Formats: sequence, structure tokens, C-alpha cells
Amino acid sequence: MENDMKKSNLFYYRKKITSFIMMSLTFIAALAAIIPLVLIFYYTISKGITYLNIDFFVAMPKPVGESGGGMANAIVGTLILIGIGGAIGIPVGIMTGTYLSEFGNNKFGYIVRFLTDVLSGIPSIVVGVVAYTMVVVPMKHFSALAGGIALGILMIPTITRTTEEMIKLVPHSLREAGLALGIPKWKTTLSIVLKTAWKGIATGVLLGLSRAAGETAPLLFTALGNRFWSTSIGQPIASLTVYIYDYAKSPFEDWNQQAWTAALVLILLISLLSLLFRIITRSKYKTN
Amino acid sequence: MSYSVSKKEKNNFLKRFFPSNNLGDFIFERLTWLFALSVFLLVILMGYEMYEGSKISMQKFGFDFLVNSEWDPVQEIYGALPIIYGTIVSSLLALIIALPFSIGVAVYLAEVAPPWLEKPLSFLVELLAGIPSVIYGLWGIFVLVPWIRTDVEPYLSDKLGFLPFFRGAPYGFGLLAAVLILTIMVLPIITSITRDVLKSVPRSQREAALALGATKWQSTIIVLKDAKSGILGATMLGFGRAIGETMAVTMVIGNRALISPSLFDPSYTMASVIANEFTEATSEMYLSALIQLALVLFVITIFVNALARLLVWSMDRKWKTT
Repeated sequence: MENDMKKSNLFYYRKKITSFIMMSLTFIAALAAIIPLVLIFYYTISKGITYLNIDFFVAMPKPVGESGGGMANAIVGTLILIGIGGAIGIPVGIMTGTYLSEFGNNKFGYIVRFLTDVLSGIPSIVVGVVAYTMVVVPMKHFSALAGGIALGILMIPTITRTTEEMIKLVPHSLREAGLALGIPKWKTTLSIVLKTAWKGIATGVLLGLSRAAGETAPLLFTALGNRFWSTSIGQPIASLTVYIYDYAKSPFEDWNQQAWTAALVLILLISLLSLLFRIITRSKYKTN
Repeated sequence: MSYSVSKKEKNNFLKRFFPSNNLGDFIFERLTWLFALSVFLLVILMGYEMYEGSKISMQKFGFDFLVNSEWDPVQEIYGALPIIYGTIVSSLLALIIALPFSIGVAVYLAEVAPPWLEKPLSFLVELLAGIPSVIYGLWGIFVLVPWIRTDVEPYLSDKLGFLPFFRGAPYGFGLLAAVLILTIMVLPIITSITRDVLKSVPRSQREAALALGATKWQSTIIVLKDAKSGILGATMLGFGRAIGETMAVTMVIGNRALISPSLFDPSYTMASVIANEFTEATSEMYLSALIQLALVLFVITIFVNALARLLVWSMDRKWKTT
């Protein structure tokens, strides 16, 4: 009897200890997952900050061999590219999301929902290839437009899904209140449902834009890159990410340094985007 | 009499074309429908464009494209086998390393962490997913690769050099660097989906286990078993991301079409071939072969993602119906 008690006690402690060890391991895994993040931020900031000055934002890249210079054209280029992308991705994303949540309870809605999910998994380089065959080949030269279209396609799934999710969060009673007042459904959707959900939708838009700002692969053979100042959408255009790629591969120490600075500026730009949206979306009324 | 019939017919006619009584509603619905249709058509158009673009290469190489192991642009011979090999091996190895970590982190976030720690930790993990791929590559070139060259590879070949996987010159750029960087990149994706899946398992499952005297770990095992299909889906999504990952891999993998057992040797992935050689492709056949590579990548990722979504969805529905 006593022996049995001892045995079960032993079993009990062993199981307790196993549990403790396994739970501690999960904590260690969580800490380990953060290490690369810390390292990447540490290197980007510490290496990037040396070249971070006013020149970087206002000057043009210097030719090989001359140090200094900036990436004004690339910063503007990135903004133009995500602008074109947004002009395509935002309306398509929001309208498709609205369709899916308001009218999409049918087979077609199911298929579109599935395809948006699939689209979000397609590698960005493949989208670049498609933009190449669809835009660059007919136009016969690389252009900001082709790059922007590629980015726009990449934004669609993110914006569609967030729009749908956010509209679904709007309580049914709001819709019913609108309809009960005799407002037609389309007006209810636009002025009540979308208005209530717009903060969430804006978050999705921001997410899409900031992801697009960080894309490189679809720009390599669409927007190509440009060492000169260009704001024309029919011409090749520079972007921060393509500069980072080119400069990181180059054998020049100076360019490698600038790649780090460009990376830091890119991260700052993405953070700025999210800050901007947070300020815009801080409404007087608390939604949800 | 005839008057009323004609009015009815008129109504039917209107109903057919304007199903809701309000013209505005009809227009609005059709307008949003058009946008949804455009997404539908876009995916089809993408496949069609790449099919058209790769026709020349398909006609010349046919099925050989996938099994021939020679990728030689000078001779105009395009066999993608070493590239497909490099893609799959680098992604699979990255998944094997990332999976236990991801599940560990997800379990910590969903089951163990106190609420005040869970939020910031989740945020940090999601931040990791938000870093642009090219910055991973930059970090890879200047930090990870030198570290692998001076520390990791000499150590591995010293201790485990009898295995064919750890032989060769410690060059830094190669499969090992790609695997490590992919591991870091897929970890946040698998983690965040696994965490969501674990959270969707009802509390009662855990409470039942605990009430029967199970420890926290034992109840976690039960939850993990419940979440099996969701975790599999998360893993497949990570796999889809890994095979399509372009910039970071291109920058560290060494870029040579080579089938070698050694992790130290350079390799190539489908995405990095396209990124590296597309602008250099001067002949029509070369371009066509690269587009065909994109088509193969497209088909694989669609397949992997579709399967993954179905798994995650089935998991969602499982708990919603009960």
C-alpha cells in the first residue's frame, strides 16, 4: 500500500517536472524567435545611421567611385510606385471585400474568397513575370506603370480580406436600422456599414501599402530602376528596395554602406506610413 | 383582363433584369460583383499569360524541362531539375528547423504566456513577418554569411565532416545560408497561424484535461492533437512562402544550378533564377524558359496554398459546428 503511494507520488512528480520543462522550452523558443528580429534591427540601425543625413533624402546617387550622394530619386520612386499600386489595389480590394461580405454568400463568392487566398500565396516574383508579359512586352520598355501594376495586384488580397473581415464585424442591427428608415441597401452599405468599418479597412490598406513598399522581386524587371530623376510613369523608375539589392551586391564599400542606410530609410518610411494612418484614423467617435 | 396580364408580364420582365426593386441596389451589387469578377479573371489571366509566354520552351523541351539536369543558357539547353531540387530542399530543411520552434512559440503564446506578455510578443513575431525580404537579404550578406563562413561551417565540417552534407569549402554563400534565412522568414507565418488555430480549440478541451488531473503539458498535447490539421495547414502555408521567397534567398544561396548533397555548396531556387537571369535573358528561348519556370512555381504554390487553406478552413468549421 505504502509502496503504491510512493510509486504514484513519483509518477506525479515526474509528470509535474516534465510539464515544467516542456513549458520552459516553449518560453525559450519564444525568446529565440525574437533574437533574429533584434539582430536585424540592431544591424540596420547601427550600420544605416552612419550615412543617414539630409543629403540622403535630397541628393541624387553619385557615380561609381565618388562617395556621398543620396537616394532622392529612389524615395520618390518608391512613393510613386506604391501610389500607382494603391490606385489599383485599393478600389479593387475594397469593392471585392464589400461584395464578399454583403452579397458573397453564394458559390461565386466562395470561389472568389478562395482565389484571393490563393492569390496572397503566389510569390511576388511570379506577379512580376506576369506584369512583364502583360505591360512591359506590349509597351516595349520597362516602366513605373508596370511596376505599379505588379504592386497593385499584390495588394489586392490583403485589402480584400481585411475589408471583408471588418465589414462582417459591423453589427447587423446597424444595417437593419438603416433599412428600417427606408434607406436603400446600397446607401446603407456605403454610408453606414463602410463608414463604421473604415478604420479597420484603413488598417488593411496600410498593411497592403507597406508590404508593397518593401517588395523588390516584382520590380526587378518591371520598374527596373533608374539612376536619374524620373517621375514619369512611362519610364523606368528607381525604388529603395531595388537600390538595396543592387548596392548590397556591389563590390564597393561605399555602396554597401548606402544599402544599409536605404534599408533604414525603408523601415522608417514603412513606420511613417503606419503612424500617418493611425493619426488619420483617430476619429472623434469610438467605433466598435 | 388583358390589361392586368400585360402588367404582370411587365413586372416579370423588370424582375428578371432588376432583381431587387431598387435600381440603385441593383447597380451597386453588380458594380461590386464586377470587381470580384476582376479578381477571378486576374488569376486566370495570370496563368494564361505565363502559359502563352512559355509556349516556345514547352514545345522544345516538353516534359524534359522538369527532369533534365542541365541549365545552360549558352547552349540554349534548359533543364530545371537542379533548380527544382534546390527549391524543394532549401524549403523543406527550413521547415524542418522552423516547425518545432514555431509550435513552441505558438504554444507559449496561446497556452502559457500571461496576457501582458502575449500581446507584445505576438506583435514582435508579426513584426518579423513584416520586414521586407530584401532587408533579410542585406542582413544575410553582411552578417549571416560571414558568420556561417568563419564559425558555423568550419565547426560543422570539423565535428560532422564524415557526413556528405557537411563537406566542401566553407564559402558562406550556399544552401546552408539560404536554409537559415528561410527558417527565420517562415517562422512568424507558421507561428501566428498555429497560435490562432490553438486559440480556436475550445477552452473546455483544456479544462476537461486539467480536471482529470492532467498537467499543463498533457493538456497542451491534447490541444495540439485537436489542432493537428490546422498546424499542418500552417506548415504548408510556410512551405508555400518558402518556395516562393525570392530576394533574401537570391542574395545568399550562391546561385549555381547544382545538385549536391553538401549544404556548403551553392544552389539555386526557381524564384532566384528568375530574379537573377530575367533581365539578362537575351534570346526568346531563354525568356520563355524563365517564364515556364514562373509557371511551374505558380502551379506549385497554387496547389500548396489551396491545400493549406482547405486544412485551416476545415479546422475552423470543426469547432464552429460543435
